[in-house]
Amino acid sequence: MTSSDSTDYKVLGTRPIRHDGADKVTGRAIYGPDFDTAGLLHGKILRSPHAHARIISIDTSEAEALDGVMAVVTGADWPNNSNGTSMVEDGTGTEIESNSNWLRENLLAGDKVLYAGHAIAGVAAASPHVAEEALALIEVKYEVLEPVLTIQEAMAKNAPILHEGLTTQELGEDSGVVSNTADHFQHTKGNIEKGFEAADVVVEREYNTVMVHQGYIEPHNGTALWNTDGRLHVWCSTQGSFVVRDSLSDLLDIPVSQIRVTPTEIGGGFGGKIPIYVEPVAALLSKKTGSPVKIVMSRKEVFEGSGPTAGSNIKIKLGAKSDGTITAAHAWMAMEAGGYPGSPVGAAAQCVFAAYDIENALVDGYDVVVNKPKTAPYRAPGAPNAAFGMEQAMNELAEMLQMDPIDLRLKNVATEGTRRVDGPTFRRIGAKEVLETMRDHPHYQAAKTEGHGRGIAIGFWFNIGFDSACNIAVNSDGSINLTEGSTDIGGSRTSIAMHAAEVLGIPVEDVRPSVVDTDTIGFTAVTGGSRTTFATGWAAYEAAQDVKKQSIERAASIWDVDSDTLNMEDGVIKSKTDSELKMTFKELASQMSDTGGGITGRASVNPKGVGGSFAGNMVDVSVDDETGKVTIERFTCVQDVGKAIHPSYVEGQMQGGSAQGIGWALNEEYFMNDQGNMANSSLLDYRMPTSLDLPMIDTAIVEVANPGHPFGVRGVGEANIVPPTPAIANAVSDATGNIMTQLPLTPGAVLDSGK
Amino acid sequence: MTTKTHVQTTINGEPVDFLCEPRQSLLECLRDVVGLTGTKEGCNDGNCGACTVKLDGRIVTSCLVLGVEAQGADIETIEGVAEGTNLHPLQLAFLENAALQCGICTPGFIVSAKSLLDQNPNPTEHEIRFWLANNLCRCTGYDKIVRAVQDAAKKMQEAS
Amino acid sequence: MPIIFVPSLMQKLCNGEQKLLIEGTNLRQVIDNLDLQYTGFKDRLVEDGKIKPNISVAVDGEITPLGMIQKVDTNSEIHFLPAISGG
Ligand code: FES
Ligand code: FES
Repeated sequence: MTSSDSTDYKVLGTRPIRHDGADKVTGRAIYGPDFDTAGLLHGKILRSPHAHARIISIDTSEAEALDGVMAVVTGADWPNNSNGTSMVEDGTGTEIESNSNWLRENLLAGDKVLYAGHAIAGVAAASPHVAEEALALIEVKYEVLEPVLTIQEAMAKNAPILHEGLTTQELGEDSGVVSNTADHFQHTKGNIEKGFEAADVVVEREYNTVMVHQGYIEPHNGTALWNTDGRLHVWCSTQGSFVVRDSLSDLLDIPVSQIRVTPTEIGGGFGGKIPIYVEPVAALLSKKTGSPVKIVMSRKEVFEGSGPTAGSNIKIKLGAKSDGTITAAHAWMAMEAGGYPGSPVGAAAQCVFAAYDIENALVDGYDVVVNKPKTAPYRAPGAPNAAFGMEQAMNELAEMLQMDPIDLRLKNVATEGTRRVDGPTFRRIGAKEVLETMRDHPHYQAAKTEGHGRGIAIGFWFNIGFDSACNIAVNSDGSINLTEGSTDIGGSRTSIAMHAAEVLGIPVEDVRPSVVDTDTIGFTAVTGGSRTTFATGWAAYEAAQDVKKQSIERAASIWDVDSDTLNMEDGVIKSKTDSELKMTFKELASQMSDTGGGITGRASVNPKGVGGSFAGNMVDVSVDDETGKVTIERFTCVQDVGKAIHPSYVEGQMQGGSAQGIGWALNEEYFMNDQGNMANSSLLDYRMPTSLDLPMIDTAIVEVANPGHPFGVRGVGEANIVPPTPAIANAVSDATGNIMTQLPLTPGAVLDSGK
Repeated sequence: MTTKTHVQTTINGEPVDFLCEPRQSLLECLRDVVGLTGTKEGCNDGNCGACTVKLDGRIVTSCLVLGVEAQGADIETIEGVAEGTNLHPLQLAFLENAALQCGICTPGFIVSAKSLLDQNPNPTEHEIRFWLANNLCRCTGYDKIVRAVQDAAKKMQEAS
Repeated sequence: MPIIFVPSLMQKLCNGEQKLLIEGTNLRQVIDNLDLQYTGFKDRLVEDGKIKPNISVAVDGEITPLGMIQKVDTNSEIHFLPAISGG
């Protein structure tokens, strides 16, 4: 562990038991599907069997007539006064344009269905079984159209068009050409022609990856009650209750003041629970019936009707001098957006060369619609696809130059002041420290086992700030109640509470953190973009500072001294000049009501000073010669986290991202037939890693403090999923001698790679 | 409306009767009829293990058992693992080892792991991984779960 | 003067210049002055008085959530990037 920060913290860096722990190990915690209320109806959604079709007619009359059915809704039930576009805060905290007509059509189709699984109608009934029976009675007439299933097909001349009104945008300019390419952009730095002329060696290769799913264990769900006073109350598992509120306001055309979203406990998200799916349908059904309506997706619906991440087609070309200096780099990347525009290609393009200081570079990015589910964010969206190509090309380069792959990376590594290919310069980052930790790690130092392959790779992901709010109320026993709005997917309540405990010098057990609804806390952006501990933690830090300031002032008034003469350390307020004058925070709290009333602190922040994170992997694999099956024998994840607030949960993020990356590398894929139907939409056939598939996942936390944050925190949640796919591909190449240009590395694909 | 069947069971040591439709799974009955929502649904087809309960001494995925099949059965769910206000050593070990992130898989893991330790108090890492292979966790990468089970096994042996 | 890094796809608006020094103390002033010098930039960057939703602006290395009211100083670097979706 390297640490550039020797600050002596009392709470940060310890491993307390999470505040919601007892509820979660006893089954008491209420997740979205567990929510119940009097008179609850159950909703189900009818989905398209076709990947591309025009809807001629929908007849719901028989379904409506079924005993126990209370209401049926279709796309015709959307309010029709949309202004066309709206601003929705997305996973990285960027306000993105979201065409609300597209959003509506994705949740209940308009005149076209754009993927198999596209929602068409919703039914509310007394039981989920009756609702399901009713779905079978809805008659939809389709004109089936030719599906467009790959990037290559979509970008081909004369390809069937998904959206007749879609024209390619080029950074604010409308090309006017109707196309399946929604967006094209470019980053340039220096002059790549000159850069390649100066190169002694050049590698060039094309890489393909396919659509994969986040795979959270809890399906999407939501319960809506459209009350008689016109207020809509929604309970759901979401990564962002305010995003749900604002999207509902926009889709249903009612003011945000009329909507209250109560986030329940959430069973995983990884980005996939940033967008909304079933909540507005439940709301429309509730409006029609006057009863609360709950919708829970089935696993098949989660695969076919929520948002996986994009498959991609990426070409990488690198040129380098014989000493290893990279002289030029070119990336051409096209990514699948799914049925509506918005793939993660923008982020992929910003991340592809981020780890390196490259003088001449060009990146072209294309956002392409295809007849597959509309993609959604998935942990460091786009970056693993980019790294799969780039980090394999780096190893190929190392091989050509006969250099150690870590040394080649260190030779070119980005550091503070490096200008990224997309323009901005890096502040203090830890790419170099991550590589050095890898180089010196026992895993890398250990000799490879005979017959095993070893691979390494590194990857980058951003961290965002954006809005977070926090309130703190002091209790008379010296404990504090902390309320915040970031839904807790992986123990963030506790890491946020630790910020407040550190500032006030109290034990973290004396902090009661609660995640509250949208009526009860200030606007808080999504749990995503690696921002929760960073930004909501920052809000807790500020709110605790507010409490601290008021506590000192209160003590000053009790002692009749100037508050400037006092300070508060380790939970004790004391005079700087008079050693007699001191009192604990607890004592002060017990006197609050006699000395001027309760103390509450508050903060709303939109912090700058974000610090991106680098992660690296070392992996040893064995490959069965006969079957092609790859086994992960040893796996190490190294990550710069700035400052590990709760090291156990930081390790947990690193291990979880690694496991998802391993699944992505070896097994996971949307297996589509030629009509665009997913052939493996169950957890049996969509093969996520089980405990038996993985070894222990070793972690090495690197702490290069982020100078932009009071405690040096960087975003931790995402960078760890970036290096696994290329690290494993590099290891398999090392074992087999063949380059892996395609994911997943299934036994068949590994055997074929030798041909 | 379908006619309902009267089912008599013992759940977590208490006699529990419920009415269910022939098509309702035991998982649905536990969650929607009896109100024990600690048992979770992740797939409804036997492949995630979130719905794991103990039925007459064997662990089953309750989404693959019909409610009516539970007639006369002795069922143990996550709600019955702690004794009063005392957490089971496995529950404590999950907390101390940070073996849960979102926690949706946790009830299934604890019910499965408990039945493993009941019959094999000192399992190897491989035996733990093998036993838990029908319980999917997408958050943790299993490392801390396996360590929690090892930790609980050790503490239970020390205590006995 | 603040320096604007012109994205390659916009360089045709300013005769291929990659960097421009443009007067201004906040983003609004800089973009107004840029458009006075090279017509067309405002159209590409701004809609209804705000930065277009699919574009994000980085000032001194950090994406700004403040848009047109973001302050810039004499040696600020300004970058226009495609807004990242995902997270
Ligand atoms: S819900 Fe029963 S195994 Fe997944
Ligand atoms: S902790 Fe989230 S699925 Fe296991």
